[in-house]
Amino acid sequence: MAEKRTRELFLGEGSSPDGTQHLYVNFGPAHPAMHGIIRIFAELDGETVVKTDVEIGYLHRAFEKDCEAGPYNNAIPYTDRLNYVSPLINNFAYSSAIEKLLGIEITDRCKYIRVIMSEISRICDHLTCVGAGSMELGAFTVFLYMIKAREFLWELVEDVTGARLTISYGRVGGVKADLPAGFDLKVKKAFAETRQVLEEVHTLVTGNRIFMDRMVGVGALSREETIAWGITGPLLRAVGVPFDLRKTQPYWAYDRIPFDIALGKNGDNFDRYLVRMAEMEQSMRIAEQALDGLPGGAIQVDWEGKAIDPAAYVDLGKQGKTEGLLLVPIRLSPNLQGQDPGAHARVNAQDKRVTLPTKAEAYGSIEGLMNHFMLVMEGYGIRPPPGEAYFAAEGANGELGFYVVSDGTDRPYRVRCRPPCMNPVAAIPRMIEGEMVADIIPTFGSVNMIGGELDR
Amino acid sequence: MDGHAILARLRERCGERILATHDYRGDHTAVLSREGIVPALAFCRDDAALAFDMLVDLTAVDYSRFPGREDGPRFEVVYHLYSVAHNHRVRLKVPVEQDDAVVPTASGLWPIANWQEREVWDMFGIRFDGHPDLRRLLLYEEFEGHPLRKDYPINRRQPLIGPKV
Repeated sequence: MAEKRTRELFLGEGSSPDGTQHLYVNFGPAHPAMHGIIRIFAELDGETVVKTDVEIGYLHRAFEKDCEAGPYNNAIPYTDRLNYVSPLINNFAYSSAIEKLLGIEITDRCKYIRVIMSEISRICDHLTCVGAGSMELGAFTVFLYMIKAREFLWELVEDVTGARLTISYGRVGGVKADLPAGFDLKVKKAFAETRQVLEEVHTLVTGNRIFMDRMVGVGALSREETIAWGITGPLLRAVGVPFDLRKTQPYWAYDRIPFDIALGKNGDNFDRYLVRMAEMEQSMRIAEQALDGLPGGAIQVDWEGKAIDPAAYVDLGKQGKTEGLLLVPIRLSPNLQGQDPGAHARVNAQDKRVTLPTKAEAYGSIEGLMNHFMLVMEGYGIRPPPGEAYFAAEGANGELGFYVVSDGTDRPYRVRCRPPCMNPVAAIPRMIEGEMVADIIPTFGSVNMIGGELDR
Repeated sequence: MDGHAILARLRERCGERILATHDYRGDHTAVLSREGIVPALAFCRDDAALAFDMLVDLTAVDYSRFPGREDGPRFEVVYHLYSVAHNHRVRLKVPVEQDDAVVPTASGLWPIANWQEREVWDMFGIRFDGHPDLRRLLLYEEFEGHPLRKDYPINRRQPLIGPKV
C-alpha cells in the first residue's frame, strides 16, 4: 500500500497535486435562505459551484392521491395548500378545470370576482417573493415594507373569504360568497398603500449598488433554454417572451380588461425582479378595472324589514312551517354575505348539477332540500361525464394546470396538478453551475420556489 | 393552427402509429403506440408548422379501476405540449401495459422531461427507457410501492426510516 502523503492525510482522499479538493456542501433542507424545505447539494471548487443536485419532496403530502379519495368539492381545501401565498388562484384554477370537464359556464359576476381575487393574490405572491429575496441580500427594510403591504392585501382577502391563508373560497360552479359591502373602497385604500410601498422599494433597491451587483447577470437562462425547461410566468417573461395565459389563452374575464404584459430582456435575476415589480402594478390595474366593471349591480343586500335569525329559520323549516318561508330574508353574519338568495344567484352557475342551493331554499322548500342532498350524498354529488380536461391558469409563478380525468362518478378519477415552480427548480443546477456560491441565494430567491405546490 | 389541423398533420406523418384521436371539451388528443411516441414528440417539436417547443406536462393515469377499461392497457402516459410561437396546444397519450411498463424517454428532447419522468416513475412505477437518472423524485428510495397506482391503499403506512441508532 502506497504511503499517504501528509497532504492527503490532512485534506483527505482525492486531493489534487496543488493541494486543493472539491468541497461538498448541503444547502438545506433547513437552511435560513431556503424558503421552503429543499436541499441543494453542491460541489464547490473554492467559491465556484461545479455541480449541484436538487432534492425535493420534503413537503410531499399526497395531494393528488387525496383528491381521488373524496368528492370533487372536497379537493378545494387541499388546493389552498398548493401555492400557499396565492391560494385563491389554485382554488379557481381547480374549479375551472372541473367546470371545463362539466362543460358549464359560470356567471359574469363570478368571473370578475375570480379575476379580482386572483390579481390580489398575485400581488401578495410577488410581494413575498421580492421581499424575501431582497432580505436575503441584506435589504431587510424591503422585506418589512413588502410584508406590510401584503398585510393590507391579506386583510382584503380576509374580508372576502373569512380566512387569511386557507381560504377555500372557490367552488365548482362559482365562489363561496359574494364580495362584502364597500369592498371597492377598501381595495382602493389597500392599493394606495401598496403603490407607496412599491415606490419606496424602487427607490431603495432598484439601482442600489449592492443589489445590482448581486442581481444583474446572475442566474440567467437563454430564451431557448427557458422554453425547453418548460419555464413559464415571470421567469419566461424576463427573457422577453410575451407568454401570459391571461393574454394568449384568455379565461374568465381577462379578455375584457386591458393590461400590459411586463417583459424583460436578459433573463437574469434583475430582470425577473423588474418583471415582478411591473406585474404588481398591472395586477392592480386589472383589479381596479374589474371592480369598476363588476356586473350584477350593487352587492349591498337588503337586510331591512322582516329579516330573521338563521336558527329561527331552520327551526321553522324543521317543523314543516315552510309556507312563505322563502320570502323571508335571513339575517346573516357579515362573513356569509352572499349566501342570501340574491347574491347566491349572482356568483354561482345556475346549474343544479353542481351548485348547492341556498340555505334558505334547502330549509324552505322540498326541491331545495332534495337538490342539497343530491349534491352532498355519497355516490351522488357532482358527476361529470367520463372524459378528461386540462385547464391552465396564469398562477403567480407561471402556468398552473389541472388535468382531471372523470370516470362518471362523484369522485375525480385522477387529478394532476402541473406546479408552475417545479420547472425552474429543476433548472436551478443549470442556472447556478459555474457561478459563485453567493449567487445561489438571489437565484433561488428569484425562482420563487413554493414547497406546497412543488412537492404537493 | 386549430386542433383538427394539428391532428391531421400528425396523422399524415405518423400514420398507423396513431391509434386514435379525439377532441373533448376543446382539448385535442392523439393516442400513439409506444414505438411511435418519441418520433411523434420529436416531429411535434421540430416541425415548423407545429413547433411545439414546450413540454408543459408529463404525467400518467392508472386506468385499472376505470369502468370499461379494466382489461385494456393499465396505464396511460400523458404529454401536454404547447407552442410558444403558434399559441396552440395538443395532448399525446401512450397506453402502457402493466407487465411491460416501460416507455422510451423524452429527456433527450426536453430537459424538463427528466424530472417529470422521475415523478411518473416515483408515483406509478412506469420506467423510462434511456432515462439518464431514474431515481424517485418526491418520495425516498426506501419507499415501497408506487402510491398513485389504484391498488395502493390510501391509508397504507410505510416503515419509518432514519439513521440507525
